[in-house]
Amino acid sequence: MELILETLGLARSAELLALNPPGWGGNLLRGLANSLQIAFGAFGFGLVIGLFGASGKLYGGVVVRDLLAIYTTVIRAVPELVLILILYYVGTDLINQVSQAMGYGRVEISGVVAGIWVLGIVQGAYATEVLRGAIQAVPKGQIEAARAYGMPPTMIMRRVTIPAMMSFATPGLANLWLIATKDTALLAIVGFSELTLETRQAAASTRAYFTFFLAAGALYMMVTLFSGAIFARIEKWARRGQPSLRGTSK
Amino acid sequence: MGAPRPTLAAGDKQMIDWRSLLQPHRIVLMALFAGLVIWCAVSLRWDWIPEYTPLAIEGAWRTIWILVVTTVAGFLLAIPLGLAQAVGPWYLSAPAKTFCTIIRGTPLLLQIWLLYYGLGSLFPQIPWIRGSELWPYLRQAWPYAVLALTLSYAGYEGEVMRGAFSGVNKGQLEAANAFGMPRFTMFRRIWLPQAIRNVLPTLGGETILQLKATPLVATITVVEIYSVSSRVRSDTFIVYEPLILLAVFYMIIAGIITLMFRRFENQTVQR
Repeated sequence: MELILETLGLARSAELLALNPPGWGGNLLRGLANSLQIAFGAFGFGLVIGLFGASGKLYGGVVVRDLLAIYTTVIRAVPELVLILILYYVGTDLINQVSQAMGYGRVEISGVVAGIWVLGIVQGAYATEVLRGAIQAVPKGQIEAARAYGMPPTMIMRRVTIPAMMSFATPGLANLWLIATKDTALLAIVGFSELTLETRQAAASTRAYFTFFLAAGALYMMVTLFSGAIFARIEKWARRGQPSLRGTSK
Repeated sequence: MGAPRPTLAAGDKQMIDWRSLLQPHRIVLMALFAGLVIWCAVSLRWDWIPEYTPLAIEGAWRTIWILVVTTVAGFLLAIPLGLAQAVGPWYLSAPAKTFCTIIRGTPLLLQIWLLYYGLGSLFPQIPWIRGSELWPYLRQAWPYAVLALTLSYAGYEGEVMRGAFSGVNKGQLEAANAFGMPRFTMFRRIWLPQAIRNVLPTLGGETILQLKATPLVATITVVEIYSVSSRVRSDTFIVYEPLILLAVFYMIIAGIITLMFRRFENQTVQR
């Protein structure tokens, strides 16, 4: 093993990427864990917002619909970086004001919570559109049938709409998940130590920029490819019982 | 989609838009919004604006310049990438596909930093680059920013163009072939225009995504509009006002891009 690395001229890279100090591999993996944690949280938070947003857009009153239209348009037109800064400052300001009003001092907000909050709101706008499209694709008759049975709205959501729309929503949600994993890199700019920032620190202190940035790129690629495989399975599961689209489309 | 659309469509839409704005709840919402704008104008601090206006104009200009250059160059690069993936032999399509997957699978910030810090630390060690005519440019940050954004746009668009090229009706290409059209003429007159027309809406969306990617180059010391707002924030400790103006600026540009692409779409012949 060491001989192979030596002949390829990668011995120094392997040394730098070793898991234990003085290698920086452990830091990178810790960064990756942080990134994934935030991506999971933001994706979940975004899904919840998206579910409410989509129901609001489809079944809500005129005011709710207009407000949601403003939300999705603004979020999708302003760069994530700017939104992250705005939401970060708004969030910390709000929490500090609340805690000061309640008699506590300033609160230190954990990077994970802040990251989930800002990315979740951004994801929510995209999820709203994805889920709205998916809900609209569910045949109306199925929902009407459920209503005719006297099911309450939440039960219709749980038993009919969500299972029926899953197959339409999975491709869009898979895209959103990939965007979530890549957007966590933006939190590096507000100083949260996720994978990209850890990489930059490691690279800056060892001057081995290519080694570390390529290693981080490989980690991101692994996450992307792995989630691609998972989502393909989820989509297959969501489509169970539906006629195959292959053969009809071409 | 089926019947040819009359050219009046755009005008009609405009009229309907105006009438739909005059519903009672929308008037209330607009009044609330106007109140919010007035409140912002009165009670927030705007006294820093005159001092930073020249810098902001320069930054805005650079943002737009970067956006235009990288989208045009990226799109030109995307055409061969898409073509290679759609019809190319394996030794062309495999690298193109790998390139697109890597660009789409890693964060843009990482790509920018890889190029700037990686290449930027590699070049000074190579004597003939240091001695070349290009060296004064390679010492600055913007060539790396433009390169990274171009490659990113090309990667995403290559995937879009792959779908577009394979979506063009085969019969038309065969007809052109039967007329004895040279292959390049066929590509220029039939294949490319139809492919672009089919993906115009997608391209519009991707261009807005590219606009939203431009502030990332501020992290490698390119002075564009986002870094101007960061500068205001660190100089004066005013947090929200520059960010709000920045958001408004990006929304205006995004709106202009949307309108431009709508005009392109209206100009092309509808099927």
